[in-house]
Amino acid sequence: MATKVIYDKSKGLDEKPFHYCPGCGHGIVHKLIAEVLVELGVLDKTISVSPVGCSVLAYDYFNCDGVQAAHGRAPAVAIGLKKACPDKIVFSYQGDGDLASIGTAETVHAAHRGDNTTIIFINNAIYGMTGGQMAPTTLIGQKTSTSPFGRSKKNCGLPIKVVEMLAQVPSSHYLERTSVHDFANIRKTKAAIKKAFQTQIDGKGFSMVEILSPCPVGWGIAPIKAMDFVKEQMMPYYPLGVYKDNGELTKLSGGEK
Amino acid sequence: MAKVLMKGNEALSEAAIKAGCTAFFGYPITPQNEIPEYLSERMEQEGLVFVQAESEVAAINMVYGASAAGARVMTSSSSPGIALKQEGISYLAGARLPCFICSVTRAGPGLGGILPAQADYFQAVKGGGNGDYYTPVYAPNSVQEATDLVFRAFNVADEYRTPVQMIVDGMLGQMMEPVELNPPPRVKVDKELYATSGNSDKRKRNIVNSLNLSGLGLEQMNHERFRDYEKIKEKETLSEYDVPKDAEIVFCAYGVPSRIAKNAISLLKKEGISAGLIRPITLWPFPEKDFLKLPKTVKAVLVTELSMGQMIEDVRLALNGSIPAYHYGRVGGVVFEPDEIAEEAKRILKKGGKKK
Repeated sequence: MATKVIYDKSKGLDEKPFHYCPGCGHGIVHKLIAEVLVELGVLDKTISVSPVGCSVLAYDYFNCDGVQAAHGRAPAVAIGLKKACPDKIVFSYQGDGDLASIGTAETVHAAHRGDNTTIIFINNAIYGMTGGQMAPTTLIGQKTSTSPFGRSKKNCGLPIKVVEMLAQVPSSHYLERTSVHDFANIRKTKAAIKKAFQTQIDGKGFSMVEILSPCPVGWGIAPIKAMDFVKEQMMPYYPLGVYKDNGELTKLSGGEK
Repeated sequence: MAKVLMKGNEALSEAAIKAGCTAFFGYPITPQNEIPEYLSERMEQEGLVFVQAESEVAAINMVYGASAAGARVMTSSSSPGIALKQEGISYLAGARLPCFICSVTRAGPGLGGILPAQADYFQAVKGGGNGDYYTPVYAPNSVQEATDLVFRAFNVADEYRTPVQMIVDGMLGQMMEPVELNPPPRVKVDKELYATSGNSDKRKRNIVNSLNLSGLGLEQMNHERFRDYEKIKEKETLSEYDVPKDAEIVFCAYGVPSRIAKNAISLLKKEGISAGLIRPITLWPFPEKDFLKLPKTVKAVLVTELSMGQMIEDVRLALNGSIPAYHYGRVGGVVFEPDEIAEEAKRILKKGGKKK
């Protein structure tokens, strides 16, 4: 009986094994991006921009040209690339320390200019690579290596909501928040990533998908518990859904659509 | 092209376009504003890229991205803005990416003032970004030379895959002089060997990166870069050496203050004092060899800079104790007069200089 391949590693990924921790969401999202780039037929003309953080080595994994950017500056590097080669696909892959803390100016202004680039934003509520410090996205009460008594509103304010914020920037075009804590949501995340890249292919402007993602090692809990943490602790504060569609606010962000 | 009267900032901007620069990323700051203003119009006319970034930090990172894609690219700023670009300059050097960075310098530290100064010699020459790196630094003293050096800077950047800086003091940026733009042939390099231009269907995929987590690997990357720095030192050092055989004192000055030094030399000549000039045109690599060929009649070197004394450190290293070096500077945007530095030269000679 002839064998039939029903599942294979995406051609969008390099052979190099991931360095990510067990239970981490980065590997899942890398796979989804790689599959989408192949399915859209744009892999060979794509340039990835990797951040500083756990995914600093992302350029090793995506089977296309890749640039490593300074901490938080990936959206600026991305628009430099896109301006130099407007017919190519450029995306940055950034964590919450990179995007929501040190890179807020670059992120807001990429949306503000309506840059025709895509950001894949991993929100895991912590600084992973540096050893589990508090991020702007860390939840109230969440213990980290720099909030050992739990994040307090008094000292640190409430966690930042990035897609909600960018929805208010007039030139942002497509914004969605998804999660990779279970299979159904992984499928929805892939659809969102595909829509984001399609937005860029169609030349419509700034697209971003914020993806809630587990960090069991940084959170100090087992992988399955980490999936539960995303669902039970993160999702109530960071509601999933489309925040901006075709340049218009959705009901989720106070619009009509 | 016939000579035209142009303001320094505008002339060097036009030179950048003629040099084949296809993208400019900048941020407003005085006294360099004529550069982005001029280019916002001209780049649009030429169908090229002009972006006013949200900050100097973003602008230099856009330069990094465009250069990674293989474009000829530039940014400009002034002293405090260049301070903000240091992170990006270090990344450009680390990732071996070419670009042209123009600093129209002003007085500091801090917000300082907008008058001309040369207090950013250290900033340009000794780095400011992290890690072991240098960038070639050009210091023109006329509008004509500024444009000639813009052409050279883009070629040197491409040939050695390095960011290149130019220091234009506020005076030169703002003054008008006749200028003729004569672009030399463009250096031929195959950027597809390293550029992330999204052509991975036609070649192996390229990665632009300064990260290397292996100690030995990163050490090797540093050594490779420094081998190129040796070539740059050998081939790209520029200076004006104008020292009479009987010179008693030699001025060392760069940028517009070198023209003030020339006037001081004329004043001294009228009084029967023979004086010369060493004018570094590249601040890095520094024209060290000029200081080793000074005639034995030279009793002192007088470094006249619009700073509290920065270039004098490189002059002393070059002299290596052979001749005493003195510094005369005005700061804060105050510019010395020719007779002021001529008097200083006479005072030094009277005091002794080198013992016979």
